[in-house]
Amino acid sequence: MQLILRGISHRYGGTNVLEDISFAVGDGEIVCIVGPSGCGKSTLLRIAGGLERPDEGEVLVAGKAPDGSLNPLTYIFQDFALLPWRTVAGNVSLVLEDHGIEAKKRRAIIEDVLSRTNLSDFSRALPRQLSGGMKQRVAIARALAVKPAIMLMDEPLSALDSQTRELLMDDLVALWQRERFSACYVTHNLAEAVRLGRRIVVLSRRPGRIREVVEIDMPLTERPERLVELEKLQRQVWKIMREEAREADREISDVA
Amino acid sequence: MSHEAAAEGRERAEEDAAAREDARPVPFRGGGFTHRRLGPVAPIVFLAIIALWEVGSRTGVISPVALPAPSEALGALADLVATGMLWKHVGASLYRLSLGWVLGSLLGISAGLMIGLFSLARAGLLPLVSALFPIPKIALLPLFIIWFGIGEGSKVATILFGTFFPTVIATYGGVDNVDRNLIRMGQSFGLSWLSIVRKIIIPGAMPAILSGFRISASIAIVLLVAAEMIGAETGIGAYILMAGALFALDQLIAGVALLSTLGLAIAWLIGRTERALLAWRA
Repeated sequence: MQLILRGISHRYGGTNVLEDISFAVGDGEIVCIVGPSGCGKSTLLRIAGGLERPDEGEVLVAGKAPDGSLNPLTYIFQDFALLPWRTVAGNVSLVLEDHGIEAKKRRAIIEDVLSRTNLSDFSRALPRQLSGGMKQRVAIARALAVKPAIMLMDEPLSALDSQTRELLMDDLVALWQRERFSACYVTHNLAEAVRLGRRIVVLSRRPGRIREVVEIDMPLTERPERLVELEKLQRQVWKIMREEAREADREISDVA
Repeated sequence: MSHEAAAEGRERAEEDAAAREDARPVPFRGGGFTHRRLGPVAPIVFLAIIALWEVGSRTGVISPVALPAPSEALGALADLVATGMLWKHVGASLYRLSLGWVLGSLLGISAGLMIGLFSLARAGLLPLVSALFPIPKIALLPLFIIWFGIGEGSKVATILFGTFFPTVIATYGGVDNVDRNLIRMGQSFGLSWLSIVRKIIIPGAMPAILSGFRISASIAIVLLVAAEMIGAETGIGAYILMAGALFALDQLIAGVALLSTLGLAIAWLIGRTERALLAWRA
């Protein structure tokens, strides 16, 4: 399934947040969106999944969702968004309960996604008992349960420490190898962007416009071995962003 | 590391060794400002006060006209048990209290949810709630007597209105405080409106609703006694009023002790409910 954004512009009050953004996420493609803080990355992602209405432009999906997909556009949130009063299994169950799936089949789906994310032993744990990395794994399991066609990831690793981030990144790559989902991945971390992205959309500071799109034609599995090339790409992206980031930083300090 | 730096490092290490002669422990400054659980203190304080009071009464320091001895109040309580009036009074009070409180809480939670969920309800009801909340409900008792009769109706209505408003405010405050990200998550997974309310908003507002219960239960007891002082033959309030009119201070103290026990029992029950429903917080 493809996700197409066409001429998205958005304003909050009087300030333009996004201006004329157009790009597409192809089948099985991971598109990373990077940009300085406050450039409207997260707003763009919320618009992409229909959680917010853009002032101008439209978001389209093309192609068929895979069989049995309950929620084609599925989010992974930075703060995990787990219900603290539900167990791990209960949190996964939440997103299945509205679809009239019989209890037996629902339990089977929950068991399956928990084992795919190595969480089987934690199914009865409450979120507060889990580390940040485990919580995000639960959120990933929950997303997998609805068989998404396109994952919308809003800085999914940003709340984690760097070691956990590495581990989870490997998990994400392995997962993508198996499921080949399309994804729109918002991050401010350029290392993540060059590790995961087929394309990197670089946004300017507010109002967010597309500065450049960097294509990375290197299979995900080869990337850990070709770090030197990635490093080069990362520097290239940083060069594009550097001035923007500096200006954005100043803007914020002016306001505060 | 350069040679100079290495030499400097060695020198510093030697200094450290020399300093060790007069080494002394860093004083601990981190104590206090935390609470320990001291289980037996509460009953000891309670018993000590009762004992002092009893001794004071027996030795004549406390005049029996001003304050009867605890043993006398206990005697009055024993009389109540012996005559079988205890259950009659407590039962009547419990009936009014539970009926008024349960109805008031149910209505309050419903109204609070409406105010929390619908803009129209918020715009229409919230000013009304703010206007009516500060009115002492006991001042409306004569009205309630006209509307609901001198019997049980007016008493239950007083308690109902008294518990309704704090519950409304606690509930809508709780709904407002539910993490917006959780609601957005529910929407992003295509959960129905009802599912989001039932599975995300109500559990999320539960801590606030339960602390509202603590307040509304205390208000209910205060109103119960006040309501029972007008036109009631049974009930703890009526018993206290009667005792007061006859200057039977031992009975008055016995009645007050009953109220206090009732309050403690309710607080304990709410504590248990909190522990059961909010186990996920701990």
